[in-house]
Amino acid sequence: MDEIALKRPRRWHILVFLTPALVIYTAVMILPLIETLRQSFFNTVDGEYTFVGLGNFTVLFGDPRWASDFWNALRNNVVFFLIHMAVQNPIGIALAAMLSVPKLRFNAFYRTAIFLPTLLSFVIVGFIWKLILSPIWGVAPYLMDLVGLKWLFAPWLGRPDSALIAVSLISVWQYIGIPMMLIYAALLNIPDEVIEAAELDGITGWSQFWKIKLPLILPAIGIVSILTFVGNFNAFDLIYTVQGALAGPDGSTDILGTLLYRTFFGFQLQLGDRSMGATIATVMFLIILAGVSLYLFVIQRRMRRYQF
Amino acid sequence: MTRTTMKGLLLASSILGSAGLAGAQDVTLTIESWRNDDLAIWQEKLIPAFEAKNPGIKVVFSPSAPTEYNAALNAKLDAGSAGDLITCRPFDASLELYNKKHLADLTGLAGMENFSDVAKSAWTTDDGKSTFCVPMASVIHGFIYNKDAFDQLKLSVPTTEEEFFAVLEKIKADGTYIPMAMGTKDLWEAATMGYQNIGPNYWKGEEGRLALIEGEQKLTDEPWVEPYRVLAKWKDYLGDGFEAQTYPDSQNLFTLGRAAIYPAGSWEIAGFNTQAQFKMGAFPPPVKKAGDTCYISDHNDIGIGLNAKSPNAEAAKTFLTWVASPEFAEIYANALPGFFSLNSTAVKMTDPLAQEFVSWRDKCKSTIRSTYQILSRGTPNLENETWVASANVINGTETPEEAAKKLQEGLDSWYKPAK
Repeated sequence: MDEIALKRPRRWHILVFLTPALVIYTAVMILPLIETLRQSFFNTVDGEYTFVGLGNFTVLFGDPRWASDFWNALRNNVVFFLIHMAVQNPIGIALAAMLSVPKLRFNAFYRTAIFLPTLLSFVIVGFIWKLILSPIWGVAPYLMDLVGLKWLFAPWLGRPDSALIAVSLISVWQYIGIPMMLIYAALLNIPDEVIEAAELDGITGWSQFWKIKLPLILPAIGIVSILTFVGNFNAFDLIYTVQGALAGPDGSTDILGTLLYRTFFGFQLQLGDRSMGATIATVMFLIILAGVSLYLFVIQRRMRRYQF
Repeated sequence: MTRTTMKGLLLASSILGSAGLAGAQDVTLTIESWRNDDLAIWQEKLIPAFEAKNPGIKVVFSPSAPTEYNAALNAKLDAGSAGDLITCRPFDASLELYNKKHLADLTGLAGMENFSDVAKSAWTTDDGKSTFCVPMASVIHGFIYNKDAFDQLKLSVPTTEEEFFAVLEKIKADGTYIPMAMGTKDLWEAATMGYQNIGPNYWKGEEGRLALIEGEQKLTDEPWVEPYRVLAKWKDYLGDGFEAQTYPDSQNLFTLGRAAIYPAGSWEIAGFNTQAQFKMGAFPPPVKKAGDTCYISDHNDIGIGLNAKSPNAEAAKTFLTWVASPEFAEIYANALPGFFSLNSTAVKMTDPLAQEFVSWRDKCKSTIRSTYQILSRGTPNLENETWVASANVINGTETPEEAAKKLQEGLDSWYKPAK
């Protein structure tokens, strides 16, 4: 009797609650991912679809044309990411810091206004900015003319040396709301007691931000960085709408996402190549995996956390 | 897993779709197409004309979005739910469908004799033995100009390269108009309206194109580099910030009357007629020296074929024979000025601009775009590379020689001409 009473009831509800998410996630994420990884080891040889081992990777890294396309895309992607890290995140932190100043009026308005572009469709953002920067009808050359800076204007999106920077900054403009909101939330989480204690010790103003608040929001900055990393190495949509699938001029805005799209689905007369497309997707997966692992196992463990 | 679901859905829709028709005695033919712009023309002009002559056959035109057409069509063909008649893209996309036995052989179709070999080349196997689509229309390249602007500046239509640049120089010196409306942002404008437009005069049309396929000429040879050298000179006559000017920008600059010359494809005619408030004229790509034979790009763009699994093959063939007839050609060419019939019988057209374009067929030799047949089958894709190279040359970021060398190297890496 006692034994039966001690047996814990089966907790069916755990399974019931997990199943829907597990099924959907498996169907739309895990299975396609495995299928992509599998496809990267197969290719069509003499009309037969066969296992080629690492053959596709040898072509991607060994063939001078594939390799130059790939390294060009990777380099551009790194630049794209670095611009986000150097511009988007510091400005996001600064905006959050300003928003959290208690005396600020119209706080909610600023917050909404700055976050709004993030909610817009990337297609709209792409077209708006293409029009703003258009040398023919754009509002940018007109406004710059008003303040006598017309000579500074150039068809940025059409020049190989400035196109990538321009597109990156458009993306920064669109997504600046995300680091701002995450860090704003982290700043609000800092208890008033800590701030008061700091003030009693004579730490105010800038030094308060650097010495008290920044260390406390470092975990949030870490999360923002990793989100930026994953988002940037998966990026495709904005480049596609602003610069097209060939990511011109002269491939100067070609990132891994657009290279993958062209290879996998084909473009104009170019027929799609699923095996090479899957190979590029696999390499992208490995790059993102490496970045996330580095963060999880090295950086996050060394980060000091404070409990209040 | 997703594929079987897709098949199931498509199968279900085709069964349900045809169940409703089972009671009717008429045969219904469905046309797959990417030309959703042409829906009204088919419904109001072409289909009634055919149905009046062929009682018992009903035709439904069912287009999809141009960018989705190839993928959607392939899925439907694999699932067996595609329409009876398939609108054919030129060259390899359709050749692949034929090789997969999705398109029926139409070599012996009544009416095929109305087309020349060049007209059929876009839908014929490499050995030239079988043709699988009826050619419908081609587009011609040239230059459209603002007649009012030319009158105002007292300019005459240029016929040689030298005159062409003299005219551009005069328009530039006057300053009222942008000499030429073209941008390099979308890349393909530079290649299609630039390189493929003026090129045939230098590589002597079909002669050069076939020599390239046979490996007797290379893209680094003079006839293929020279058009790039000419293109590089265009840079000075394009609008401010042309590097970021898109295709719609160019169209608008011209139709708003801000630019004097527009490097064009004839498909622009219908749109320009409704948009532009001034008189327009057209001239063929200028030749190098006065008296040279002129060559034009008269590119096969659209054809129509028979789904090999169509249950109504006989009725469909009746329809295709009608498409091959001069009657269809006349209705089609007039309803869509700028899409020229490939029929050997001359078609009467009422649009003056379209008449001008098509008149070049008599005095110049026709060819198709050099990169479309066979040469764009491999990786890197020659057509896409040509887009990038042409834009680079006009932007001045690459010299004509460098561009040509890169293109040839890319082609050499996979293409071995049959000796």
